[in-house]
Amino acid sequence: MKNLKPHTRRNLITFIGLAVVWIVVTVLRGQGVLGRSASGLLVPICCYVVMALSLNLTVGIMGELSLGHAGFMGIGAFTGIIVSQSLMRAVPSVPLRLIAAMLVGAVFAGIFGFLIGIPVLRLRGDYLAIVTLAFGEIIKELITCLLVGVDEHGLHIIFNYKGLKGVEDLHLSETGQVIIKGAQGATGTQPIATFNAGMILIFLTLFIILNVIYSRTGRAIMAIRDNRIAAESVGIEITRHKMIAFVMSAAMAGAAGALYGLNYSNLVAAKFDFNTSILVLVFVVLGGLGNMRGSIIAAVLLYVLPEALRSMHDYRMLIYAVVLIAVMLATNSPIAQSFFARFRFGRKGGDEE
Amino acid sequence: MKKALSLMLALVMVLALAACGGGTQPATTTQQPDSGSASTSTGSGTSTASASASGAFKFGASGPLTGDAAIYGKAVMNAAQIAVDEINAKGGIQIEFNPQDDEADGEKAVNAYNTLMDWGMQVMVGPVTTGSAIAASAVAYNDRTFCLTPSASSTDVTANKDNMFQLCFTDPNQGTGSADYIAANMAGHKIAVIYRNDDAYSQGIRDTFVKEAAAKGLQVVYEGTFTKDTQTDFSVQLGKAQSEGADLLYLPIYYQPASVILQQAKSMNYAPIFFGVDGMDGILTMEGFDTSLAEGVMLLTPFAADADNDMTKAFVAEYQKRYGETPNQFAADGYDVVYVLYNALTASGCTPDMSSAEICEKLIAEIQKTTYNGLTGENMTWSANGEVSKMPTAVVIKDGVYVSA
Repeated sequence: MKNLKPHTRRNLITFIGLAVVWIVVTVLRGQGVLGRSASGLLVPICCYVVMALSLNLTVGIMGELSLGHAGFMGIGAFTGIIVSQSLMRAVPSVPLRLIAAMLVGAVFAGIFGFLIGIPVLRLRGDYLAIVTLAFGEIIKELITCLLVGVDEHGLHIIFNYKGLKGVEDLHLSETGQVIIKGAQGATGTQPIATFNAGMILIFLTLFIILNVIYSRTGRAIMAIRDNRIAAESVGIEITRHKMIAFVMSAAMAGAAGALYGLNYSNLVAAKFDFNTSILVLVFVVLGGLGNMRGSIIAAVLLYVLPEALRSMHDYRMLIYAVVLIAVMLATNSPIAQSFFARFRFGRKGGDEE
Repeated sequence: MKKALSLMLALVMVLALAACGGGTQPATTTQQPDSGSASTSTGSGTSTASASASGAFKFGASGPLTGDAAIYGKAVMNAAQIAVDEINAKGGIQIEFNPQDDEADGEKAVNAYNTLMDWGMQVMVGPVTTGSAIAASAVAYNDRTFCLTPSASSTDVTANKDNMFQLCFTDPNQGTGSADYIAANMAGHKIAVIYRNDDAYSQGIRDTFVKEAAAKGLQVVYEGTFTKDTQTDFSVQLGKAQSEGADLLYLPIYYQPASVILQQAKSMNYAPIFFGVDGMDGILTMEGFDTSLAEGVMLLTPFAADADNDMTKAFVAEYQKRYGETPNQFAADGYDVVYVLYNALTASGCTPDMSSAEICEKLIAEIQKTTYNGLTGENMTWSANGEVSKMPTAVVIKDGVYVSA
């Protein structure tokens, strides 16, 4: 391992760590050591880890604050649900349907990422943050207007923008099934998401992101982040490179959303609001901007924390907030940083993971 | 060094997961003081076994205790706790009660349900809100856990799940119920509907109301919508309703936006008949609300806190003593749920050492034979599809109290 580049070695350690966790958790589940509540958390944790990783690409690597990331997750979730539910008859195999749902979710979120990116990526800083926030809310409202059903004639979709149409306007046949009922969300979804699919998605996401970072494109993206004028002066196309990062980030969020949506039999668009975007941003900031391993650990710890605090009853969310503040302060204090620095021999090389 | 670090990281993540599984254990012990001193349990049992060794039934409950909808979850949990304490004080069957927060969110509801199953829940009270109930009921159906929800009113909650039962009216029931009532008693009116189109409850009732109104030949002249973010101003919708000549305003919404509508309608001298459903319940106890505005408002509700029977009086007095406020319909639902479950458990001869799946099968059979008289209705019966049958009563507000219409 000694003759590897420092960043390769560090990334290898992250992958090995993930694999170890995967194996340990699988073994623990097999022996029934892991309780139901812990087992039930596995899939959402995987989704939020992928969300954190993908947002880290925008916020950490590209250096632009995006506050609408949950919107892409929502697109992925609902397209994923539509794909899985409408293919129920044609494709009985659950893993195949899950893969199809995640792929389509990623593609649709990517397309929306591209469309939104056209106006958004011409902005910078605070302006970009606010516009992404607005787009995130718009996506949520649009999904709320959707009525989708499926029968043997195919998909029936109504865009119910005035709110005056109901499920019966879909004109489904006797055997038809309603998939999305507007504000009432997607109900009766068959939950097919699994922990293994989540882990594979994490590996894929991490692999793609790390490869992009160390590629020519990645260096260009980071150059834009560090000094826009200098980057432009050496001929790096600013908007194109930003777009690559933004669309990739959106597509991965879409895949995570599809996995998330297929984990619950009921899902409403209101779930993907501003709060969820901020939640993921907190994972990223706490884990360290540009630090992929940090994002994973922060997402896991912060998602598990409120559940682990259930025994505190009414004080649960209060303690969660206090812990959050304490961790933010602690990780930023010079004493703590110099303490952690002692364990960072591998960091002498490049600083980006 | 690097290996040590990676090992440490891996350990941290595994521990984080394990900590969560373990985190549910203390819940049993800390819950003890809350769940009534009559209980003799000492925080027993492994997390996987669903049978209780302590001789008490384990009732789990999930509802929003924090967040926007917390008022509903807290009302249900408070009232259920009263019912549990009363039952425990009687001797005989003992109940341990464990309320969990689900923030009215489907994802958190599944987490709360799993936590309760680790605790050893045998019967579930809830979930309180519709979205949570649909999400958790899918898991409960696979596990064969019996659930009786006090207030999740959508038909999606019980659809195709034989273990889910409702104590409240379903949304279609309320929509058709109010259309039928209007057709029978106030047929000649021009009707306007204002509803919240990003809310499952409001949209659900509106859909069935409009359908039934068309079937009964009622004249709906205007439909106005609003969303969570626009529920502070209704001047546009009210102006439209007025200009369309509507003299009956149907409001399938919760009481906070309804209070704004009443206020604004008065200030623009628009005085139609206001007709609400069970979400309107609670408007009289709302803080800072001028009850004279609600004069003449009609609503369909299963529960009135000033009803003149001993059961309601005793319950309201106890609730006020403990929590310092007048119970709303959700509280009454929560109280009834515990008693319905208690009666069904007694009648079907269930014992606390049975597993949740065994109890589930017995209760499914038993509840369909049950007739229950409670706070929220007389002669309640349940059908196999999980819906309750009870009479909705229309009340009208006169001098700040409900009077039968």
